[in-house]
Amino acid sequence: MWIELLISTIKIGLVINVLLVSVAYAVYAERRLSAFMQNRYGPNRVGYEGLLQPFADVVKLVFKEDIVPAKANKPIHTLAPMISIFVALTTIAVVPFGHTIELFGRVIPLQITDVNVGVLYILALTSLGVYGITLSGWSSNSKYSLFGGIRSSAQMISYELSMGLAVVGVVLITGSLSLQDIVLHQYGWKWNLVLQPLGFIIFLVASFAETNRSPFDLPEAEPELVGGYHTEYSSMKFALFFLAEYANMIVASTVITTLYLGGWQFPYLQTFGLPPMVTTILQVLVFCGKVAFLVCFFIWVRWSLPRFRYDQLMNLGWKVMLPLSILNIVVTAIVVSLLK
Amino acid sequence: MLEKTYIPQIVGGLWLTFKQMFKPKVTRQYPEEKWTPPTAFRGRPVLVMADNGVERCVACGLCSRVCPALAIEVQANEVPTLEKERFPEKFEINMLRCIFCGFCEEVCPEEAIVMSDEYILTFTSQDEAIFGKEKLFMSERRLKRRLEFLHENV
Repeated sequence: MWIELLISTIKIGLVINVLLVSVAYAVYAERRLSAFMQNRYGPNRVGYEGLLQPFADVVKLVFKEDIVPAKANKPIHTLAPMISIFVALTTIAVVPFGHTIELFGRVIPLQITDVNVGVLYILALTSLGVYGITLSGWSSNSKYSLFGGIRSSAQMISYELSMGLAVVGVVLITGSLSLQDIVLHQYGWKWNLVLQPLGFIIFLVASFAETNRSPFDLPEAEPELVGGYHTEYSSMKFALFFLAEYANMIVASTVITTLYLGGWQFPYLQTFGLPPMVTTILQVLVFCGKVAFLVCFFIWVRWSLPRFRYDQLMNLGWKVMLPLSILNIVVTAIVVSLLK
Repeated sequence: MLEKTYIPQIVGGLWLTFKQMFKPKVTRQYPEEKWTPPTAFRGRPVLVMADNGVERCVACGLCSRVCPALAIEVQANEVPTLEKERFPEKFEINMLRCIFCGFCEEVCPEEAIVMSDEYILTFTSQDEAIFGKEKLFMSERRLKRRLEFLHENV
């Protein structure tokens, strides 16, 4: 009993720390990659090639004054960034980053917890994320923040739908909502990317909208809304939103990897005859590699594509994505029932 | 139809930014990599010290009179025994006032005050910003390019 608790605590600590450090370096990667795409260098002064830049940024933000606008709803103004970061950090709990590892005669699953409704858990929590943004916009007593918040709630609800429906395809193929089962089902070449190409594209686009990343970063469209929902935030509260945005991006990458890119599976790695320990470590590394690739893809897309107009966004969500995801379910259901 | 799916545009955009990543960078890494100004550049004004160690300035005070920002202060002195009798006892340029217009260079009959190619000017107090003779002298050899430029173009 106690040992189980200890193992869980260690796993949680490890995962959260890895996530937070990756968030710091996702910000760094964003700045460096965007610079490269614009023929610049980006931050390269703090530490070797600017590798300590994220920490310098955090120290700067900690020392800034925390300003709350007059007539802002202070408790909610404070609560909003907490919700955002809470959602971003808790979603990772059900994502498997490896199969199992044998340490000191114990078989430890490499996943914080294997909830049998893992997919639902993820969908539920990512929808909660909209509260953070909407409440921050509403409580700031600023028109720009309010616009940002309202836009984000409309956007997230529209895309949540097609996202959920896209996952149904995966669930139909696997026959389980547990993420570990979904990964185990994607052995060999049978990644869901191959089996569900349409679902993958829908899920990918919806993830961009869910994480408020460009080309769907309307809640914080700088030219129109100053900073969007976080216009009135400063110091660590702003840093929390920033952290949550990048954590969301990483978590979305892990979820996409798990659902469509085979999670920790490397095609036919088990048949190479490596010792189980090496195989497991390789699988964890493969998982990290896939996630890193997706994060870079998120950044790459942000610096390549222009932002959608608001009505275009809604048109795409309701008139294109939703019918396509329903089509995807119908086709998948027919194929699955015929093959059974 | 294909255009309506946005896919060719998206792929094209991504490919463009991908190519850009490997192009040479245009940023100059400043403190390590310094800019060499062209000869027409008007940097900080300096007094020409001829190669034989004699200053060219005869302390006529024209630069001081023409200076629109009143940055230059000259006090003349003379030693009758020297070949070049007049010289500035005191020559001060207040670099906080100087606007780098180059009028002093234009007006100087002796070509003694010249705009150099130096653009790094730092000081931590107002007193330090007043450059005296010792800071203003620069050898003729060092100013060769600028002097040649002036001969050709003025």
